[in-house]
Amino acid sequence: MKFRGKIVDVACLNHFTRVITTISKLTKTCVLRLTPDNLFFILSGKVTNGGVSMWCQLSQANFFDEYQMDGVSAEDNEICLEVSPENLSRALKTVHNAKTVKPTLSSSSRVVTHDVPVDIVPRRLWHELKEPSMPDFDVSIFLPPLKMMKNVVDRMKNLSNFLVMEANLSGEMNLKIETDLVSVTTHFKELGNPSWGDHASQDSGPSRSRDPEVMAQARVDIRKLQQFLVGQQVNPSKAMCNVVHERIVHLILLHEDVSLQYFIPAVA
Amino acid sequence: MPLSAQSQADDDQYVLKASMDNARNLSNILKAIAFKDHSIFTATPNGLRVTVEDSKCLQANAFIQAEIFQEFTIKEDLVAFQINLTVLLDCLNIFGGSSVPGVLTALRMCYRGYGYPLTLFLEEGGVVTVCKINTQEPEEPIDFDFCSTNVTNKVILLSESLKEAFSELDLTSEVLQITMSPNQPHFRLSTFGNSGNAHYDYPKDSDMMEVFQCTETQTNRYKMSLLKPSTKALALSCKVSVRMDGRGFLSLQYLVRNDEGQICFVEFYCCPDEEVEEE
Repeated sequence: MKFRGKIVDVACLNHFTRVITTISKLTKTCVLRLTPDNLFFILSGKVTNGGVSMWCQLSQANFFDEYQMDGVSAEDNEICLEVSPENLSRALKTVHNAKTVKPTLSSSSRVVTHDVPVDIVPRRLWHELKEPSMPDFDVSIFLPPLKMMKNVVDRMKNLSNFLVMEANLSGEMNLKIETDLVSVTTHFKELGNPSWGDHASQDSGPSRSRDPEVMAQARVDIRKLQQFLVGQQVNPSKAMCNVVHERIVHLILLHEDVSLQYFIPAVA
Repeated sequence: MPLSAQSQADDDQYVLKASMDNARNLSNILKAIAFKDHSIFTATPNGLRVTVEDSKCLQANAFIQAEIFQEFTIKEDLVAFQINLTVLLDCLNIFGGSSVPGVLTALRMCYRGYGYPLTLFLEEGGVVTVCKINTQEPEEPIDFDFCSTNVTNKVILLSESLKEAFSELDLTSEVLQITMSPNQPHFRLSTFGNSGNAHYDYPKDSDMMEVFQCTETQTNRYKMSLLKPSTKALALSCKVSVRMDGRGFLSLQYLVRNDEGQICFVEFYCCPDEEVEEE
């Protein structure tokens, strides 16, 4: 197993660093999966991380000037490593002054060396790392400006541990908290709903015949949503949310060359 | 205005309705007295008074006159309720506490009367947030019986002169001692802390001293823990009046200008600490 990549362009390096930093705000450890064309940062939902899961995909060609890998075997030409994104982020920030970055699995280069500890993920566990399929969502909607959403969620967190997110196919989204002391609802309108083309949800009819005014909702741990919003360092070109009524909130951020998906399970 | 999200019928049921184009004109002044959660709102046709008390020895009041509001309608002579001020401030600042130039949060407050929550409608950039905050039966604010005829000593200072002193106050001192006198040192703040005694003197002919009316020498001590919260009001204000009455009760009145240059007042009343040193 071998991997060697080189980032020369400073803008690419900065962008890569920002992506890693965003990931580091979402999770302490995750799996880095390397394939010939892409890098993936994966967190599978487990009870220990409150059931949230994350899938971030980067197209290697948009970041690396040189990228060579030999996977576990010819049939499984992939490498899966358990990493701490924060360690990676720190390492990247300190090599900022170096003109190029060469992350390698093995020995040192003569310029700057950071050995970031990793664990190999054995092949038998790879099945846990499949790309999550798009859930059979009830409503898909574009998110409001993330900065405003973050401001509101930050304040709501002072008032309650849980938040209800609801959205409909008329481009309306509400964030609601309710406690003994206070109830607060923020109404976002005219957000727009993405059309997913020939996606299963559209074909099977539930969304075709769905009343556009009816809200799909999910009650989530506010800290999980806040964690997602805090991590955003770059304005995405598209930010969307799929809601599976009382089950999952699925957040998707798309940049040109990076996609990030974050799944927050609903709580009772 | 997008805040007219209520029907006409609802509107008629409110005993108190108040609107402001810039919610910061309310939230900033309330922050100056938000050292406890528990607050008493008292509304009259003159405007709004918000009271916070501490251990029956300190009372802080913020006054926002009816004229400061774009709309202020009250159907009774007096409307009062108790409400959690920390929760209210989180709601007033729901779109974020910091001010971005040119971006205003509009506010409409409505109250139906005893037993009903205080309803806030806040709007920024076309997004509306509705808050309903539970209210309780109000306690009567303490009457410190402080009237101008019993005032023995009074000064009015520019706030900037006191800001430095208050930010440096030795918090290891249990008391803040205030001396007011027609003779030197005229006006003195003293602390007695672990690192020693500190005195801040303000002579009567100083540029900072706008009004000096001291008739007798008085020295009184006040619990530091009670007066320290007044630093926030001082920071917001441009002028402060300090008065002592015959009993040694202290009145601090702060003149605060809001974003639009309108004037509001914050005042603190404080009882002297029991162990008064005889001069």
